[in-house]
Amino acid sequence: MIRVENVTKSFDGNLVLDELCLHVREGETVVVIGRSGCGKSVLLKHIVGLLRPESGRVMVNGQDITTMGERQLDRVRRLFGVVFQGSALFDSLTVAENVGFGLTQHTRLGSREIDEKVAQSLEIVGMNGTQKKMPSELSGGMKKRVALARAIASDPSIILYDEPTTGLDPIMADAINELIVCLKRKLSVTSIAVTHDMNSAYAIADRIAMLHQGKIIEEGTSEQIRRCPNPIIQQFILGKAEGPLTRGAQCGDWRK
Amino acid sequence: MTEIAVRIGTKISVFLIDLAETAKLFFSTLILSLTSPPKWRQISSQMFSMGVLSLPVVLVTGAFMGMVIAAQSYYLLHKISMESAIGPLVSLSMTNELGPVITSIIIAGRVGAAMAAELGTMKVTEQIDALRAMGTSPTRYLVVPRFISGIFMVPLLTGFATFIGILGGFLVAVPLKGVNSAFFRKSMFYWTDPEDVRTGLIKSVVFGAIIVIVACRRGFTAEGGAKGVGRAAMLTVVSSCIAILIVDFFLDMLLLY
Repeated sequence: MIRVENVTKSFDGNLVLDELCLHVREGETVVVIGRSGCGKSVLLKHIVGLLRPESGRVMVNGQDITTMGERQLDRVRRLFGVVFQGSALFDSLTVAENVGFGLTQHTRLGSREIDEKVAQSLEIVGMNGTQKKMPSELSGGMKKRVALARAIASDPSIILYDEPTTGLDPIMADAINELIVCLKRKLSVTSIAVTHDMNSAYAIADRIAMLHQGKIIEEGTSEQIRRCPNPIIQQFILGKAEGPLTRGAQCGDWRK
Repeated sequence: MTEIAVRIGTKISVFLIDLAETAKLFFSTLILSLTSPPKWRQISSQMFSMGVLSLPVVLVTGAFMGMVIAAQSYYLLHKISMESAIGPLVSLSMTNELGPVITSIIIAGRVGAAMAAELGTMKVTEQIDALRAMGTSPTRYLVVPRFISGIFMVPLLTGFATFIGILGGFLVAVPLKGVNSAFFRKSMFYWTDPEDVRTGLIKSVVFGAIIVIVACRRGFTAEGGAKGVGRAAMLTVVSSCIAILIVDFFLDMLLLY
């Protein structure tokens, strides 16, 4: 469903993605892990067409989105629901207006139908009844759930999550993980999440991929990643301060 | 010496790129305004905040502008016994020049800065990215309603400012300085043509467009958190005011001669 092929991207001379390849099959949940600042959010933005690579391509349902104009891209983007790291709720709109935004802008549904859809989406995330509130009145966890409701309201076939549990307390983080798993079961969507929260990764992933120095260095199920002998992977998933990641090792060094 | 030349060259090329991108934003906004206008509710809320809420400050500014022109011109014209020229001097200054320019500068400070700050905050909190990710053009959703509002509200506010400015000038000239009321009015209407009113309106439409496009461009390019947003607001006011004054000169050359 989604193929990232040899994507390269730099910012101000810093190479962030280095011929990165990633394949996501329909219906699966792939979690991309990696250190803060390694390029996980940059990868996500390439997948939804918010950034264009210097080389390589991104295929969504067989279409190369890197060569599309904005108008064409807008049509492809309607396949996606995106949950941003800071929720990115529109702060001049109410919760209901936020959640129903995509429906208001891109469908011919009447206001009653939109209200029903909004209520359904908010019900799924446990936020029904907050329609009239403004984003400034919500806590971090509530904003994340409303952002999730906004992402699913337009019935996307692909959901992208950018650090879905960052900044949340452990209980709220677990609630978000459960919501993501529940959405996957109920809506049968393809999901890509980027995170450095390993608990979240293990809870939601069908497959985990580690991004290091601009490339995907390992991929596998949660169990395969847990057992992976690569010391870079082990240092990251165990959260150790000392190790090859902090000594600047190259990704292939451990095999020598 | 070479380093200075390189620095100057870099600044000039950055300026030219920025100018080109601003022009691109203007043209895409214009095309979208005509081909894909937004919902009336979006436009009306912008018109309310730009027009209705700016009215008090525009009226006060306009009134005192007219009064100052009348007071200053009486001081000079009285010396050569030409007080009869106060009426047309006030009305021509307000309709052709001070009405559109001062109103636009006030709107650039009041509305332009707020617009840049709002859009800048949206940029740094990824709301612009969220719009794009949902298949909605930020230009269509955010810029077009503001643009349509600007090109209608700034001329309307200019009209109010000009009217109250002439009234203010009348109140200074006639009851305060003893200029003949009938003569003030007759000479004012004699020397003020519909072309003068048209000039003022054309200028205010152009200035309204400048304010909105500059504010939106600065907002969309804000970066670096709160400091970046503040800088965007400041640059909006400075850039808008300079652009208004430069364009005013060229419009004068085009429309008056």
